[in-house]
Amino acid sequence: VETREAGDGEDRGFRRREEEEEEEDTEMTLKYGAKHVIMLFAPVSLCMAVVVATISSITFYTEKNGYLIYTPFHEEGATTASKVGDSLANAAIMVGVILVMTVFLVILYKYRCYKFIHGWLILSSLMLLFLFAYIYLGEVLQAYNIPCDYITLTIVMWNFGAVGMVCIHWKGPLLLQQAYLIVISALMALVFIKYLPDWTTWFILGAISLYDLVAVLCPKGPLKVLVETAQERNEPIFPALIYSSTMMWFVGMADSDPEAKKKKKKKKKKRRSDMQAAAAPVGATGGDEEGGFSEDWYESRGYEPTRRPNRGGNASDASMNSEDARSAAQALANGRVSPGGNQQQQPQAQAQQQEEEEDEEERGVKLGLGDFIFYSVLVGKASSNGDWNTTLACFVAILIGLCLTLLLLAIFKKALPALPISITFGLIFNFATSNLVTPFTDALSSQQVYV
Amino acid sequence: MTAKEFFGCTFIAYGPAFALFIFTIAREPLRIIILIAGCFFWLLSLLFSSVLWNIVWPLKDQLAFGLVFSVLFQEVFRFFVYKLLRKADEGLQTFSDAPPTASDKHMIAYVAGLGFGLMSGAFSLVNVLAMATGPGTVGIHGDSPHFFITSALMTSCFILLHTFWNVIFFWGCDQRSYLSIAYVVGLHMLISCLTLLPLQLATILPAYVILLVTMVIAYALVGGSVKNVMAFVTCKRAGYTSD
Repeated sequence: VETREAGDGEDRGFRRREEEEEEEDTEMTLKYGAKHVIMLFAPVSLCMAVVVATISSITFYTEKNGYLIYTPFHEEGATTASKVGDSLANAAIMVGVILVMTVFLVILYKYRCYKFIHGWLILSSLMLLFLFAYIYLGEVLQAYNIPCDYITLTIVMWNFGAVGMVCIHWKGPLLLQQAYLIVISALMALVFIKYLPDWTTWFILGAISLYDLVAVLCPKGPLKVLVETAQERNEPIFPALIYSSTMMWFVGMADSDPEAKKKKKKKKKKRRSDMQAAAAPVGATGGDEEGGFSEDWYESRGYEPTRRPNRGGNASDASMNSEDARSAAQALANGRVSPGGNQQQQPQAQAQQQEEEEDEEERGVKLGLGDFIFYSVLVGKASSNGDWNTTLACFVAILIGLCLTLLLLAIFKKALPALPISITFGLIFNFATSNLVTPFTDALSSQQVYV
Repeated sequence: MTAKEFFGCTFIAYGPAFALFIFTIAREPLRIIILIAGCFFWLLSLLFSSVLWNIVWPLKDQLAFGLVFSVLFQEVFRFFVYKLLRKADEGLQTFSDAPPTASDKHMIAYVAGLGFGLMSGAFSLVNVLAMATGPGTVGIHGDSPHFFITSALMTSCFILLHTFWNVIFFWGCDQRSYLSIAYVVGLHMLISCLTLLPLQLATILPAYVILLVTMVIAYALVGGSVKNVMAFVTCKRAGYTSD
């Protein structure tokens, strides 16, 4: 939020440009707001669809074969009170673990232990992409009774995992990266649905939304600290586990593009948490602990116009992906109404337009994978009863929640958590639909009465 | 019951609506949002009607009671959608790059109506379709063996009817034409009560006739005419601005 090198006169002119930029920025924000909402609708819906499809067709994920070590109370009591007590305790433990991990990660970040964090992230995505995907594939083959030899399996898994690692942590075609992020979110959601006891799942969803709300809006929350530290250092926060709708320039940006300055960075909210999804449930593949699995939930509006005084420095970065991103931004820009009537500022407008096209590249929407995961957990759990009305209701509720959240974000221009509104709506609609609406609609459809 | 029946009924019920979605709504982000808003409000109306139905438990078996109040709730929520969308009209204008035209209001009404209809259709038929893929024989106890196809046909009818009713309703609210509003509410009640009778050709046919009539009325209201239809059919391009 500063201009480092401008002189005084330039400063004034620059500031005026800044104000103009800010106004146009708001206009841009509104215009592209709807596009960005849809850019999030599609992947979120896709992730939920994958989870729901899996839950309906593959019974493995609804069988209870043991639990995570984070939920020691297994709800085996007969009374409601004992179940509620167990679930509350489990939820408290889970949120506690998340809190501790988040604080740990913030400390690591503050003391610049980047290698450690990177290693952690790589280990976790390794586990997801190889282990969980392998289990998933095995269950799919089993469910559809398709025999497969180990050689084919190895080749397929190796390719899947290796390409995934490259796409997520380094560079890759945007669509492929997005697809992989959706896949790992779905896998993680399925793991949660399988390994958490029933009531605990619902309580955890509620507890996580509350935690999200508190951690983002409280001044001393770990996430706020993380965001502020990142802002101070003018660094991008780890892009590895964030879903982005446009190409991330920032992959490796910290060292390769030092001139990039953030003129104004809308506050980002970021939350990391680590779950050690220990493969140590009772009776399953013998208790090998993998390295910590971490996910960060990260919602930002992503509207970060970046001043690039030295355009030449980016030439080296021009790769296929950047070109694609630029053409994507071009397509977005084509829908723009051109700033009217400034004939004499035509060359300036053109230069501005070019810079704004660049800005639009970075102006994709980003949503943390944790949000994907918990939305999918909610919808998947709702569908595990076999009632499609409930599933649909939760789906619509979550989408509306997401809409409202993005609307609030546009209004308040502040960091906001993505989970609370959607999860609240989802929970309300889930229980209301399954208990109140379904008997009504069942009675109606069985008599073929249409309301 | 076979996969054929499942797919057949799915496409009968949701085909037209899905086509409408793909051709008119899928490319415009704003319309998708309005669609989801329509879905959400219908869901709310259903929630309220179910709450009522559950509360008045002595009358649970009398579906007519639940039905009448459900229709009323739906119409009330249709009015809420109207209010919300008109209020947000200005905000919505800033989203679109094109200059505002008269048909924008109708477009919004149409999209919201489709949302209403889709949700209504989904909730009516989805569980039935899920059962269609499972084992069993329809009508083995003497009921009509045409359960699925009649359900699917009626669902399709209702989805489209909701769409057209919404257009007429919004127009009526704008023009303060109580006749249109009464038409929509009255017809909704009429057709829903019609479905209380066992569903067969004799009940489906009137529903489709009313659908055609409503469609013509809605089309006329948004500025369509026989000339437009002929131009469309003969693929003329020039000179017709209302679309």
